[in-house]
Amino acid sequence: MKSFKRLWRNLAFRIGMVTLAVLVFVALAAPWLGTVDPAVLDYNHINKPAGERVDFTIPGGETVAHTLWMGTDAYGRDIYSRVVYGTRISLLVALFAALISVVAGTFMGVASGFFRRMDPVIMRTMDGLMAFPPILLAIALVAALGAQLWTVIVAISIPEIPRVVRLVRSLVLTLREEPFVEAAIALATPTGTILWRHIVPNAFAPLIVQGTFIAASAVLTEAALSFLGLGLPPDIPTWGNIMAEGRVQFSQYPGNVLFPALFLVPTILAINLLGDGMRDVLDPKFSKKLP
Amino acid sequence: MNADADECTLKIKNLSVALPSGSDRQFAIQNLNVSLRKGYTLCVVGESGSGKSVTATAIMGLLPKELHVASGEILLRGESIVTASAMRLKQLRAKVMSMVFQEPMTALNPVMSCGDQLDELLRKHTSWPKAKRRQSVLAMMEQVRLPNPSRIMRSYPHQLSGGQRQRIVIAMAMILRPDLLICDEPTTALDVTTQKEILRLIAELKEKHNVAVLFITHDMGVVAEIADHILVMRQGESVEYGTRDDVLKTPRHEYTKQLLAAVPSMKPPARRSIDRRQPALRGVAVCKSYETRTWIGAGSTVHALKNADLQVHPCETVGIVGESGSGKSTFARCLVRLIDPSGGRVIWMNNSREVDVSSKSQRQIRAYRDGVQIVFQDPNRSLNPRLKIGDALIEGALNFGLCRAEATRLAEELIRKVRLPVESLSRYPSQFSGGQRQRLAIARALACKPKVLVADEAVSALDVSVQAQIMKLLREIQDDFGLGILFITHDLRVAAQLCDRVIVMHRGEIVEHGYTDEVYANPQHEYTRTLLDAAPTIDQVY
Repeated sequence: MKSFKRLWRNLAFRIGMVTLAVLVFVALAAPWLGTVDPAVLDYNHINKPAGERVDFTIPGGETVAHTLWMGTDAYGRDIYSRVVYGTRISLLVALFAALISVVAGTFMGVASGFFRRMDPVIMRTMDGLMAFPPILLAIALVAALGAQLWTVIVAISIPEIPRVVRLVRSLVLTLREEPFVEAAIALATPTGTILWRHIVPNAFAPLIVQGTFIAASAVLTEAALSFLGLGLPPDIPTWGNIMAEGRVQFSQYPGNVLFPALFLVPTILAINLLGDGMRDVLDPKFSKKLP
Repeated sequence: MNADADECTLKIKNLSVALPSGSDRQFAIQNLNVSLRKGYTLCVVGESGSGKSVTATAIMGLLPKELHVASGEILLRGESIVTASAMRLKQLRAKVMSMVFQEPMTALNPVMSCGDQLDELLRKHTSWPKAKRRQSVLAMMEQVRLPNPSRIMRSYPHQLSGGQRQRIVIAMAMILRPDLLICDEPTTALDVTTQKEILRLIAELKEKHNVAVLFITHDMGVVAEIADHILVMRQGESVEYGTRDDVLKTPRHEYTKQLLAAVPSMKPPARRSIDRRQPALRGVAVCKSYETRTWIGAGSTVHALKNADLQVHPCETVGIVGESGSGKSTFARCLVRLIDPSGGRVIWMNNSREVDVSSKSQRQIRAYRDGVQIVFQDPNRSLNPRLKIGDALIEGALNFGLCRAEATRLAEELIRKVRLPVESLSRYPSQFSGGQRQRLAIARALACKPKVLVADEAVSALDVSVQAQIMKLLREIQDDFGLGILFITHDLRVAAQLCDRVIVMHRGEIVEHGYTDEVYANPQHEYTRTLLDAAPTIDQVY
């Protein structure tokens, strides 16, 4: 609670937090924000300009009066609804990609930093992983497991893991030389407890910060993968595949690309600001005076 | 009085430096009055937080952004520093005043050779040709008694020893012949023998170039060696100001008296009788060597510790003294089995049974670890910042089979024993001062009822008055628990007061051991004599 108050005093953190809160609200409240089913195709309204009010056909054949805030695409789908529903996917991908890579990276980083014998094995594996092109990995995974949400999340997480491992390893290497860790060894504390009580909590601040940066890049990577046709199937709306589909007729109907981008950019910015703010407050290397 | 006011190199009148709002006090320095003439040394003494370093930075015009001069004047040769422009300050800083810092390694640029760093100063501030600059640099290096100046000119800081580095820093400070030399704890990071040489050098340069020296230190022993005048500071206020003999011999202020009384004397107290039948901790011919191997397989071995023997009995304090790199910490860590000795035996007493732990694995010796505990030097790092004190204190007891309620009761008892309130248990380490944290570290070590406590420079990072309190505490718990204490220190004064027997180490070997009073009165080994001779003390004043 105390550290949250300190964080709140940081402007970058505040902006990031508020923007993200709005986005989470949009994602959760998507059905009640004047949207229609994002997958429904209404061939009567193809490539409509933004702001037109039409009678939109919903599943079952009925029509409702609906304002096309962002127009429709080449299949007659409401872009506003697709973008709002796409927020869910983007935030899910961001959250889980960050979680998976941070948790997996922490385990391997701690093992590699604390146990000398595992160090070369883990670190060389990570070097190999870093040398592997992330897009190629995504292609392989999507080809093997099919285009689903989880496949995409895993494909985004794996290339991020080596970076987390390196960060955690370097933190653990300094932490394990700390006198309080040596004192714990002298007090006969079992190794597992030392790691869990003395090492991991002290590596937390930089880890959270790294996690937010991974979240931001995950949103971008997901969009890029979808744009390349490697992401989710077209019936699930994500900012990436809305843009990918809009790309074909960008010169005539730029809205199909611009409106999702209008959501994408502030999201990335917000997560990065959040991370920057947290780093400034939580990371002792960046704060002038320790509290 | 007016006539010699003009001769004053430095005059500080009613200086107050304000701290940012929300600090624990309003002023970093309050109403400070000082005058310093050429050829004299003024020692500013005080404990941490007394404002002595702020005084130095204020004079240099280098106050951090958060601090500002609230009132008063600093006059350097009659010129005001407070109102001087940044440009003028820059000129003054090199030519009229200069500073020597505590840590020579961070004061020097690691990627520039020492000669170049000296030359840079001359290049910036004079219009001399290259040959003349070089000559001047060599002459300066000669003056600070660096061996083989032409070789050292080309050396980088990491290739020199700590003492040599500090000589380079002093050479840099003196090369433009300033009128005022400010030394901020210049010998604190150095070994005693090196400290002695550096102090002598500063005194010599002062005589030769007739500079005024402002010397900041926390060590009364150093003050007694070099001061002409002494300013005692506490909490930003000047407590006592006078000539060396006045302040040291007839201190008027209560605080000065306390400070002087807290300085441990080099005279060991009378010998105590101790039952030495059964040692609680024994090291027999303990060795530690490190092997380095290059990629082609050519190896070299560094012997950090050679055939060291030691016995610590219950109720006895054994001191290991030596300079940095002497292997004293390596020895201690082998005895606690934080590192694996490469030879010899380490024997702990456990339930009246001797257990040889030198060849056992960490997992195997865990069951015997309640016998030997360790307290470290740095109070800021010896407690986990993320763990409440209560949780830290019960860790050892829980590991040795106590239930949570019993362990908590023990922690409460121990926290009272180290003279801290029971409420401390629900706080985090950051809420305590250095001395309090060291008490907490001691309490944590006592939680599993050890037979031997190893104190690795446990009082070295503390202010003298706090140091005296911790030493008193160690003596108390020794009497209460019948504890054997192995006390590692570089400070011979502390060792004299606390230890029954001392072991002197030099380059990984024990060069002398015996009862403290005998070793101090009649040192046998050449190195022990040098060490004893170099220790700064205030004994000679009385």
